[in-house]
Amino acid sequence: MDFTFLGESFLRLIGGVPLTLQLAFSSIALGLCLAILLALMMQSWFRPLGWLADGFVFVFRGTPLLVQIFLIYYGLGQFRPALDEMGIWWFFRSPYYCALLALTLNTAAYGAEIVRGGLQSVPAGQIEAARAFGMSGLTLYRRIVAPIALRQALPAYGNEVILMIKATSLVSTITLMEVTGLAHKLISETFRSFEVFFVAGAIYLAINFAVTRLIELAEHRIAPDLAQANRPAEVH
Amino acid sequence: MKIIRLAAIAGAVLALGLATADAQAQMRKVKVATEGAYAPWNFVNSQGKLEGFELDLGAELCKRAKLDCEFVAQDWDGIMPSLLAKKYDAIMAGMNITPKRMETINFTTAYAAGPHGLLILKSSALAKLPAGEYNLTKDLAEAEKAIAAITPQLKGKIIGVQGSTTNLAWAEKYFKGVAEIREYKTTEQHDLDLAAGRIDAAVVAHSAAQATMETATGKDMTMAPPSFSGGMLGLGVAVGIRKEDNDLKNAFDAAVKAAIADGTIKTLSIKWFKVDMTPKS
Repeated sequence: MDFTFLGESFLRLIGGVPLTLQLAFSSIALGLCLAILLALMMQSWFRPLGWLADGFVFVFRGTPLLVQIFLIYYGLGQFRPALDEMGIWWFFRSPYYCALLALTLNTAAYGAEIVRGGLQSVPAGQIEAARAFGMSGLTLYRRIVAPIALRQALPAYGNEVILMIKATSLVSTITLMEVTGLAHKLISETFRSFEVFFVAGAIYLAINFAVTRLIELAEHRIAPDLAQANRPAEVH
Repeated sequence: MKIIRLAAIAGAVLALGLATADAQAQMRKVKVATEGAYAPWNFVNSQGKLEGFELDLGAELCKRAKLDCEFVAQDWDGIMPSLLAKKYDAIMAGMNITPKRMETINFTTAYAAGPHGLLILKSSALAKLPAGEYNLTKDLAEAEKAIAAITPQLKGKIIGVQGSTTNLAWAEKYFKGVAEIREYKTTEQHDLDLAAGRIDAAVVAHSAAQATMETATGKDMTMAPPSFSGGMLGLGVAVGIRKEDNDLKNAFDAAVKAAIADGTIKTLSIKWFKVDMTPKS
């Protein structure tokens, strides 16, 4: 292995890290907001809202992200006159916004299911007890439902965050030069695919190592009892 | 007597068998890679089959070189690495000879050559540039003067170009910092984005642009009048072959020269490009 070349590759590819992180974290933040909204729609007493949310999840979870990216970027690009009239072409003109939109919608679909699972894991007894204390609406959500649901959902959501960081590697197909895009460019200049992809893989690994540590830390902070629950059960 | 006759027949059969085996051994199996996304050079037709100038020419060259050729499709950005990894033995994919590529692989004599330039929308101000044919090998100073005349018009614009091409190298050398340069995996993708107005110009070979302009996507497109060739834009399109594979290079070299000499390349070129792209020696 040629360590000088590995070093050079690292310096080239590290230039793509800001774009990778920016795309990953913006889409995760926006996607989480949308996911919570979708999960609440699924729980709504007004069924059509639930069907809408179910339909959204069905479509975006059931199709490949790469296809979604192509549909939003190249597909909608063919409807420029209509988008121009609506005054939203500036958004779809930019590959960055198209990538952000595709990633956000995709993670929202997965996130909605995770949030829904978290909400459903809240024991009915606890909600009844809270109601007996006279809590209702927002107070009930803030004090009882949200904290329990968050604890339940966080481990699964951490997984989704890691998947999203890796998913950003697909945006190089629409001209965005993040880590994978730069890797392809470097390979076409040097023809050394093994070394370059090795370095690219190591960069993703390092990012995800840091992210998993942060998620574990958060898990311990918000749910020390759940961390304990992993130990053998004690008899009370 | 009978035994002698039998032996004679057996001997004859054996000799015949050996002769055919020998002929088959001479028909070396060769895998040729093409991109399949660069009409009219090479593309995938509506039946899902590879077609184009290079498919026709490749069949012709292999017949002359007595090679048993099979064409395979390979994405452009992996086309040279995969040749080195021996996934196939030759490249015929509109690939230009450049000194940079020659550091890694070998090329035969060029089988086609044509100019490059900017593909733009008819409404673009670049359509009003003065016409001219500039050769970067023969008169670099003159060519650079023409490029300098284009540069101010590209200020703040977005130029699309296929990655790892001579077009990209050229765009980066002369327009980097002036315009934003976006790299695409295929030329079809930047054609779509030019039609949609996401980019203001694409750096392309005239031959490929001609095919684009005939499609619905390209109906509002035209080439900016000045055209450029030679130098860093490439010394002609040729068959790419691994450096150590001299036998194959010699076989293809002879076939290309013969196909140029007897006008086969001219005929195929006019069939696919409507102009003669035979390299001028």
